[in-house]
Amino acid sequence: MAIFDKFQQLAATRRALAENGIQSINVVMDRMVSATEAIVNGRSLILAGTNNYLGLTFNPECIEAACDAVRTLGTGTTGSRVANGSYSAHVQLEHDLAEFFGRRRVIVFSTGYVANLGMLSTLAGPGDVFVIDGDCHASIYDGCRLSGAEIIRFRHNDPADLDKRLRRLGGRIENTLIVVEGIYSMFGDRAPLAEIAAVKRRHSGAFLVVDEAHSLGVLGTHGRGMAEEAGVERDVDFVIGTFSKSLGAIGGYCASDHPELDLIRYASRPYIFTASSSPSIIASTRKALGILSSQPHLRRRLWDNAHRLYTRLRDLGYHLGPEPSPIIAVRFDQREHAFTRWSGLIERGVYVNLVLPPATPDGSSLLRCSVSAGHTPEQIDTIGNAFADL
Amino acid sequence: MQTYETILSLVIELVKPLAPPGREVREDTDLVSDLEFDSLRVMNLVEQVEDRFDVSVPLNILPDIRTVRDFTVQLQRIIGGN
Repeated sequence: MAIFDKFQQLAATRRALAENGIQSINVVMDRMVSATEAIVNGRSLILAGTNNYLGLTFNPECIEAACDAVRTLGTGTTGSRVANGSYSAHVQLEHDLAEFFGRRRVIVFSTGYVANLGMLSTLAGPGDVFVIDGDCHASIYDGCRLSGAEIIRFRHNDPADLDKRLRRLGGRIENTLIVVEGIYSMFGDRAPLAEIAAVKRRHSGAFLVVDEAHSLGVLGTHGRGMAEEAGVERDVDFVIGTFSKSLGAIGGYCASDHPELDLIRYASRPYIFTASSSPSIIASTRKALGILSSQPHLRRRLWDNAHRLYTRLRDLGYHLGPEPSPIIAVRFDQREHAFTRWSGLIERGVYVNLVLPPATPDGSSLLRCSVSAGHTPEQIDTIGNAFADL
Repeated sequence: MQTYETILSLVIELVKPLAPPGREVREDTDLVSDLEFDSLRVMNLVEQVEDRFDVSVPLNILPDIRTVRDFTVQLQRIIGGN
């Protein structure tokens, strides 16, 4: 096979999209009007395909903090956290997050992807075992692969299947890390984390890693995520997450009580060989974390919007993900059906994510909608009306 | 310990329902080029094999599997290891 032959299938998919007039992977936001609206090709669109769960990207306090940081600290650090890229603000954010999660230690990474890559590739190595939920994000798969450890997949959200696979490991259990997510990014379904934690307890010695990327600020009384919601935070050894969703910026973190977390800084290549986050990002993230903690009404508004849209789309007869969630996946067996509806929504002033296999867990094509606390009830109704009008 | 032939015959039995209609499945059948398996179908096969033999198949070995024979060889190793 010649070097470029492997891309031919991608080229065919791109041709099919173009023939259907779909530019879903080339959408350019010409102007952002607010956290929930943008101008694309001269058309005003309601954004129902982001991860801006609390709608904080245009929060005035976050913007002011970011602007102030740019003025006083500059546009970038130009260096790694282990060289010249650790500013006091990075360390402060780690302290803020440790306090928020009630954990001893936190490491901040430059993106959520790098957080998974940096943690998973370093925590385990040859001879160790990852047992991961089959629907885990690509960054989890990639981090596991980079580690050189054995990777075993268990059936999505199936604690009994996890139990069976841990049993098969026998004496290797103390070298085993279970990896799950709080809310899964494609169908918006939650992990049965109480049951998974119970399985972990039965197999003493195994570690549990939970990626709360889509559940930080979304679940739990204090917004700490699925582990808080399920009441099993003490069973979770490592909490990984991102700043690019509910916190409205970009970056990642890992929180843990294990003292060895600090040593990861000296061993994790994705942490060491990446420039640290720009001061403006750290500043807006710190402010957003404070807002997430102190303004629980944002979470309530998010869930009101999620239930409102999920109910509307379900009543319209669409095939949805298994439960109401800020991520609402509208599923199609034929990708052409998804294509035409995606275009129809754009024509009606609504942007959603078009997700095609193999990025989807079950081979279906998705119109992945996501709602925000920033959406007004009228915007949610406009999104529902657009689907009704298709 | 199950023999290579026993495992091969069970693997062929599990591959057949996942193959396009009318496609023959033999020891040297290539899962991707002959049967057009995509990643979803490969994972479906892996899950069925895992249930049938009560083993876990590490994802790490999948890049080395092209044919039914490759899968059988790896499976025999995993079963032997258990």
